Amino acid sequence: MFRNQYDSDVTVWSPQGRLHQVEYAMEAVNLGSATVGLKSKTHAVLIALKRASSELSAYQKKIINIDEHIGITISGLTADARILSRYMRNECLNYKYSLDTPMPLNRLIGYMGNKMQHCTQRYDRRPYGVGLLVAGYDELGAHIYQTCPSANYYDCKAMSIGSRSQSARTYLEKHLEELQSSSLEELIKHGLRALRDTLPPEVDLNTKNVAIGYVGKGQPFKILEEEETSPYLALIEGEERRGGGASAEGPADPLREDAGDDGPQDPVPAVAMDTTE
Amino acid sequence: MFATENAYYPDYSTKPIQHSFSPYADNGGSVVAIAGDDFVVVGADTRLSAGFSIYTREQNKLFPLSNTTVLGCSGCWCDTLTLTRILKSRMQMYHQEHNKVMSTTACAQMLSTMLYYKRFFPYYISNILVGLDNEGKGCIYSYDPIGHCEKTTYRAGGSAGALLQPLLDNQIGQKNLTKVSAESITQEKALAILKDVFISAAERDIYTGDNVMINIITKDGIKEDNFELRKD
Amino acid sequence: MFDPMANAPPLWSNGPTPGSFYNFPGPQTKPNDHFTHSQSPVTTATSIVALAYDKGIMIAGDLLASYGSLARYRNCPRIMEVNDNILLGAGGDYADFQYVKSFIEQKIIDEECLDDGIKLKPKSLYCWLTRVMYQRRNKFDPLWNNLVIGGIQDGTPFLGTVDKLGTAYTDRAICTGYGAHIALPMIRDAIEKKAQPLTQAEARALIEKSLEVLFYRDARSYPKYQLGIIDQDEGVKIEGPLSVSQNWNIATIIKSV
Repeated sequence: MFRNQYDSDVTVWSPQGRLHQVEYAMEAVNLGSATVGLKSKTHAVLIALKRASSELSAYQKKIINIDEHIGITISGLTADARILSRYMRNECLNYKYSLDTPMPLNRLIGYMGNKMQHCTQRYDRRPYGVGLLVAGYDELGAHIYQTCPSANYYDCKAMSIGSRSQSARTYLEKHLEELQSSSLEELIKHGLRALRDTLPPEVDLNTKNVAIGYVGKGQPFKILEEEETSPYLALIEGEERRGGGASAEGPADPLREDAGDDGPQDPVPAVAMDTTE
Repeated sequence: MFATENAYYPDYSTKPIQHSFSPYADNGGSVVAIAGDDFVVVGADTRLSAGFSIYTREQNKLFPLSNTTVLGCSGCWCDTLTLTRILKSRMQMYHQEHNKVMSTTACAQMLSTMLYYKRFFPYYISNILVGLDNEGKGCIYSYDPIGHCEKTTYRAGGSAGALLQPLLDNQIGQKNLTKVSAESITQEKALAILKDVFISAAERDIYTGDNVMINIITKDGIKEDNFELRKD
Repeated sequence: MFDPMANAPPLWSNGPTPGSFYNFPGPQTKPNDHFTHSQSPVTTATSIVALAYDKGIMIAGDLLASYGSLARYRNCPRIMEVNDNILLGAGGDYADFQYVKSFIEQKIIDEECLDDGIKLKPKSLYCWLTRVMYQRRNKFDPLWNNLVIGGIQDGTPFLGTVDKLGTAYTDRAICTGYGAHIALPMIRDAIEKKAQPLTQAEARALIEKSLEVLFYRDARSYPKYQLGIIDQDEGVKIEGPLSVSQNWNIATIIKSV
């Protein structure tokens, strides 16, 4: 079943100049659980919400170590993320092997952008259905990068992706000024608050469903164990929560049923507003 | 007979000259390791040489692979550099894949496999891998260049290896002694013997000298020590 | 003597054979030899003398490229400014050095194209060249050079060297070729005698002396040289051609036994 006649293949353009298959792939990111990345001058922090696919299964891994100075958090197809993380680990190892210095973030992301772009231009490929937040610390300082299935990547001050992540972005935008000079602990607190804003009111963060990873000056990338996250969770416990996430509708999502190709319209950035969970 | 007459004047030789290229160099160096019940000490001299010239007097030949594992290398230095770089990557890959640090025993097996992988163009290195095993006991694995591996409690390797091993056999292995002590070796005794044998090696082996880097591995981590040898 | 195939006795010895005044170096055709594709040096440059001092490093090399014993090319610079923080000096085959030089230049251009504000560092180049040299050795097709890499990294002077096998090490003083035998003991002695690191002036004097001594004894050396300096305060520069100070009065004192 096609939703319109221009989405049969990644290589097919719509008359509006859009690649529907690529945009559909972008939606896969919004199906994953939310994850937050933010940085100060000296540290970059990743906070992720972990889901368990069933009562019987373990919570899925959301934060992956890439190298001593880089870590990622994923939203979307975990299997695709595994392939990408293997690629990133490989690139970092090769760079370190030949140049004896950790790989600069922008170079890694550049290589990965090129790799992902191939899949959006060939009929025998499909785009990676995963979005990444890449946190790292290199000689140019702390970084948060966001990558998309469309092979776009962004150098961010702070970012959140995944389901209901708009609420987290709203929080981050509001506190953007404070982040620059925050300590690691404050960064983690901001990240946790941002992530909490994506949750429905009846759910709260706990050691089981939160993953924290950070990296910084003189601090190799570290993913906290369950028992290590509890002190940080305790720091924001009891604080007043800002509703159950954003309920107000944002700009019309171009990928919704009601936004077809039936008339010329300006491309609108896709923003996930999935409040159904 | 005619050709030999110009042997001292190579520029005037009429014979075709062939600079045969050898991919290997003997850069000397000795490694000695002694294991005890809850520790292991390993030392390597810091002289890097080729023939009669000393490249540098301060070359560390001990490579920590983890908090409980150290590799000592001597022989062809370019192979050592490459092998240890690959090992470092392999340690990281293992850590990322298994979410734990590779044990000394696993390192030992991996090193053997990596050496044998280059069976027909070997790494010309005398390797001694030391660490604590899964029970926390000191252990030593020594290798030939193509990956044969042996687990021991004391070992000397490298340019003075043949010189020192019999000495260790006597001093630590208590070979050819009439009175044999049943007590296991202490860290102090091991260190004292290690220093003594290096001083002896430096007397007789021109490829061993300058300094000794020592790593003492216990459950608390790796402690470094250093002492000087003769520099001629 | 009864062998009809035996060569006639030579007309004279210790000199060129009649009809073959000179034998040029380089590989002669030798069919069915498994190793003929491996190189040997042809046009060669001699020693590199390099020193680290308190605020930087210094690399010197003369300008001669010899063709065997023939002083063939007398204006061959072999100190290269890689970027404003790295100097590279090379001994051994000059053509191989030019090849190394060209691909390093390309690497620097590629890096500038990225325009990401990250510059190649001395230790990175040192490590990378070690890998390159080692890989060529593995192919039995070595780059017949001794490379010396110098620069300042994280505020401290760095000096390292790689040979054609990929043997690499770092030290405060590095000399290649004849310099390793003649200049290095002299330099090490001077460094040991002084408790503090050398100053730039002392390092320069030491290098000048080394080149002078090398010129007296190394028959493949030359009295014209270049001196590359990277200094914390003054930045990078390559001076030259400079002249080796010579005093041949001592020649009369030397008697062969």
